[in-house]
Amino acid sequence: MFSLVAFIPRAVQQGVPLLLGSTGETITEKSGNLNLGIPGVMYVGAISGVIGSFFYEQAAAPGELNGFLAIFIPLICALIGSLLMGLLYCFLTVSLRANQNVTGLAMTTFGIGFGNFFGGSLIKLAGADVPSISLSATSQYFSRTLPFAANTGWVGKVFFSYGFLAYVAIIIALICAYVLKKTRVGLHLRAVGEDPAAADAAGINVKKYKYVSTCLGCMIAGLGGLYYVMDYACGVWSNDAFGDRGWLAIALVIFTIWKPDVGVLSSILFGGLYILYLYLPSGTHTEYKELYKMIPYIVTLVVLVFTSMRNKKEDQPPKSLGTNYFREER
Amino acid sequence: MEQKIKEPRFHIVKRSDICSREAWTIRIIAILAALALCALITMVCTGDNPISIFATIFKGAFGTQRKTWITLQYVAILLIISLALTPAFKMQFWNVGGEGQVLMGGLAAAACMITLADKLPGAVIIILMIASSILAGAVWGVIPALFKALWNTNETLSTLMMNYIATQLVAYFTIVWEVPKGSGKIGIINQNSNIGWLPNIGNKYLLSIITAVVVTIGMFIYLKFTKHGYEIEVVGESQNTARYVGISVEKVIIRTMLLSGAICGLAGLLLVGGINHTITTTISDGQGFTGVMVSWLAKFNPVAMIFTSLLIIFMDRGASEISTAFELNQSFADILTGIILFFIIGCEFFIRYKIIVRKDLGKENA
Repeated sequence: MFSLVAFIPRAVQQGVPLLLGSTGETITEKSGNLNLGIPGVMYVGAISGVIGSFFYEQAAAPGELNGFLAIFIPLICALIGSLLMGLLYCFLTVSLRANQNVTGLAMTTFGIGFGNFFGGSLIKLAGADVPSISLSATSQYFSRTLPFAANTGWVGKVFFSYGFLAYVAIIIALICAYVLKKTRVGLHLRAVGEDPAAADAAGINVKKYKYVSTCLGCMIAGLGGLYYVMDYACGVWSNDAFGDRGWLAIALVIFTIWKPDVGVLSSILFGGLYILYLYLPSGTHTEYKELYKMIPYIVTLVVLVFTSMRNKKEDQPPKSLGTNYFREER
Repeated sequence: MEQKIKEPRFHIVKRSDICSREAWTIRIIAILAALALCALITMVCTGDNPISIFATIFKGAFGTQRKTWITLQYVAILLIISLALTPAFKMQFWNVGGEGQVLMGGLAAAACMITLADKLPGAVIIILMIASSILAGAVWGVIPALFKALWNTNETLSTLMMNYIATQLVAYFTIVWEVPKGSGKIGIINQNSNIGWLPNIGNKYLLSIITAVVVTIGMFIYLKFTKHGYEIEVVGESQNTARYVGISVEKVIIRTMLLSGAICGLAGLLLVGGINHTITTTISDGQGFTGVMVSWLAKFNPVAMIFTSLLIIFMDRGASEISTAFELNQSFADILTGIILFFIIGCEFFIRYKIIVRKDLGKENA
């Protein structure tokens, strides 16, 4: 009854948006910025991509979509949309030194509102005569799998049956892990997150590092939103469908103890936990499914408490996480 | 060789003191600027002129007597939640778990209403509801506080996780108690017998409003004039100082979160027992998060919170009126609220700091 070969691809598809979101949030947090706006950023990334591809599909003659443009336009739109959100966050918290929690929550309110508003009103605003936003043509390009996926049996199903963004997500996570651990830039970034005053004294441009890492983080997270709507949801936008995955991505950052490479497998694990309720036996008691849905959050909470209990130096959040840096302040 | 020294065009200085009139002028300018931008965006989206847009917003919030009451009731609930979060924020404990604490309070109230109906007299049930929902909220608040006090666990993240655990608990009980079976919702509890419905005072909106007033006054006194309030402030300013003067930081954290959660539970009680007479997973409607912003915008001042919560609810109700009038999506309100928040968040900078532009600009090349 339970087939692992069928389960893993579904877990991976759930995991990819989480992986992108958590990789983005990890490098943001490494600079000392706790960006609680990630759920909003992911919504904005998703809807920006949808808007871009909606207008492209409207403009292009039916059936004559250019494959390159169909991928390129939504991708660029999603990146720009989430970059703008990142810049807003940085401007408010780094330049204007506003409270990070409040700014992040405001961004989440704004971002989810932005996504749902344009998702619900785009057709009316654009004056198009289509019943709903369904970008199946664009989605085909996003979810196109590797050509040999179909005829390599279970290997193909488990490893090759995903759209290109899934592989991009893994590559980004590995690159981020490498940069953080092995390069000078990564060392500087970690220094900024641990102790900005010391980093500043060592001649590191704290503002620049905070800006760049937060904006890059937002762009990566925005891609997670794009993957969700274009690949997983087959190009169909429905309001609030993305749900609480943004918060789950933030949870995943803790679960991976701020290591993007650990995120690759843990995101799949989280994706699995997220849909586990579909597989666990509950008989006639459908209410148990609701309890099973609690598992990812409980696991995260337990990991969070355990890492703080063990108090191991390398497993801690960046020391200055959540606080702003102002040189003249002591 | 002459070394070129680049001098910045402006520098930022911390203001040592700012009179409250000046501070409020800056805030009001920011709000006006935000409203102007909101009007502009609404104009682009609807093609209507700004004056009629503001008329619509006002009509949405205060158009009829009923709408005014509902607006005030919303303000009351948001105010209670914001007040609940405030003591925690004052000691730099970022309780973003208001959502979960409200839900648990509501769940406890609903549990009493459903399971005890016809078994106990109505008055006893109401007393049990009050006690259990306050207790449930407090327990949900104190769990992250224990983690924080014992092992210094990051409270922003742990309270966040507690929200979703609470949401799923409510989802579980929604199915356990669903009426009729298979509908996936509870519906109005005790619709005919009205058991466990909080009594109407005057009209059905007044109870929450009176509670909010009482909590506001109580919180103001608690924070300003009691020893507890003073301890909270010291812990918020510096934990080391607090330890040095002999305040048990752990005790303060746990005690304050008990209070914070308890008041959130009270808000849940009002939502379930007084207003909706049912429970859903979305009953607190993100107000646990909005409350964070309301509280922060008011600089943790309970009286100022009346105005900030009024502002947020006013825009929210007004914007939903606009979206109904122009057949736009209801989320329009969130966008406008977001814009106003960004402006107010940003303007705090100009209250705390002063920008000094270099005076000899242009002389450089001479």
